Amino acid sequence: MSLFDKFQPLLQDRQSLLGQDVDPFGAPIEEIYSPTEARINGRKTILAGTNNYLGLTFDKECLDAAHAALDELGTGTTGSRMANGSFSGHRALEREIAAFYECEKAIVFTTGYQANLAVISGLANNEDTIVIDADSHASIYDGCRLSGADIVRFRHNNPDDLDKRLKRLGERAANTLVIIEGIYSMLGDKARIREFIEVKNAHQALLLVDEAHSLGVLGERGRGLVEEAGVIHETDFIVGTFSKSLASTGGYCVSNHPQLDLIRYASRPYIFTASPCPSVIASTRAALKRVENGADLRARLWRHAQRLYRHLHDAGYELGPEPCPVIAALLDTREQALALWRGLHEHGVYVNLIFPPATPDGKSLVRISVCAAHTDEQIDKICEAFSVLA
Amino acid sequence: MASYEEILEKVIGELSALTATDANLTENSELVTELGLDSFKVLDLLMDIEDEFDISMPVNLLADVHTVKDLAERIHAVINTEPGT
Ligand SMILES: Cc1ncc(COP(=O)(O)O)c(C=O)c1O
Repeated sequence: MSLFDKFQPLLQDRQSLLGQDVDPFGAPIEEIYSPTEARINGRKTILAGTNNYLGLTFDKECLDAAHAALDELGTGTTGSRMANGSFSGHRALEREIAAFYECEKAIVFTTGYQANLAVISGLANNEDTIVIDADSHASIYDGCRLSGADIVRFRHNNPDDLDKRLKRLGERAANTLVIIEGIYSMLGDKARIREFIEVKNAHQALLLVDEAHSLGVLGERGRGLVEEAGVIHETDFIVGTFSKSLASTGGYCVSNHPQLDLIRYASRPYIFTASPCPSVIASTRAALKRVENGADLRARLWRHAQRLYRHLHDAGYELGPEPCPVIAALLDTREQALALWRGLHEHGVYVNLIFPPATPDGKSLVRISVCAAHTDEQIDKICEAFSVLA
Repeated sequence: MASYEEILEKVIGELSALTATDANLTENSELVTELGLDSFKVLDLLMDIEDEFDISMPVNLLADVHTVKDLAERIHAVINTEPGT
């Protein structure tokens, strides 16, 4: 069998399902007008699938900071921090993130994906066990694999099931890394974090929470589910990304365990990749300040999310379990989901189309992410499009 | 302690519920290529099996599992090395 033979089924599947129409898995964004509007495939379109929760992609202070850093420090760092050194911005951002969480230690990574790879594979090795939510993001699965640890899954968002699985580990449970997410990226449900903390404490396990979709979205100061639930200091490791609410790219981990710093010397996804560009670091620092003072943006975001969720629910869509800035309409077949995605595209609304196995329970999803920068009129239009297509 | 045959029977039971092709479900059926289970269905099956036998069976043990027989043998091995079972 040639190297390329394995692509044949994928190619056939894509051709039969998608035909010649616009590719939902690589929609051509021709021009960006604002955080919430773009020209896609020749059509002016409302962006409702960007993860740009606070709408900071064109924030003046973020843009200014990025421009200044570009001029002062150049376009790239051209290497990893271990080889090429840490720019003052990298170190400042780490101090600022640590201060934001009131935690001892913070490390910045080049992407959120790499943050999970680096932290998980840095912490655990082939003598350890990691217990993860069955619906974890691919970066968590990949980090676990890279670590070589034993991987045990527990049923999605089910603390009792975690408890049962930790019990089965016997003495090994005491050193086990447990991984959950703040808001789950596909259905927008929140982790039952307080119960998870109780379970992990009972077994003396360690908890890592990935706040990719909850940073900026939950908590008074936008610190995510750990803040909303009041468990920042009971959580061993908090991981997150700059690519959603912070509107750039990169990732981080914070912890009160002093050993976090040593991951820099023991983790391939930190060592063997170039550090974030100066302009990215600069806009992220500006965005972090805005997030911390972003109660106004969060209020708008949640108001939009509640309204859209209620509207879709009343229009008869099957949705994720609770209102959230991530709203997923669940469809039984890929064809139904694709038809809805296409219909929305024709109505000038861009959302995400997600097929199994990236989705829970074999369903297909049309996934919306709401943005604080959406106007009420844009939310009206999204509602109308879904109503017409229901 | 469950015998290999008992384990095989239970695995086939779980699988027939999952695949609806029980007619030709045998020891040698291939989980992915033949029964059409995607990677997550296999992982979910593993969670059910852990509950059924009250064992801990890490996902990475599935690395070389291709057939129903491979799976049943792997479970058998885990059960026979688990302390207290
Ligand atoms: C839960 C979760 N973790 C990590 C990531 C990876 O983040 P990034 O896209 O910034 O690499 C994502 C998003 O893609 C995510 O949804």
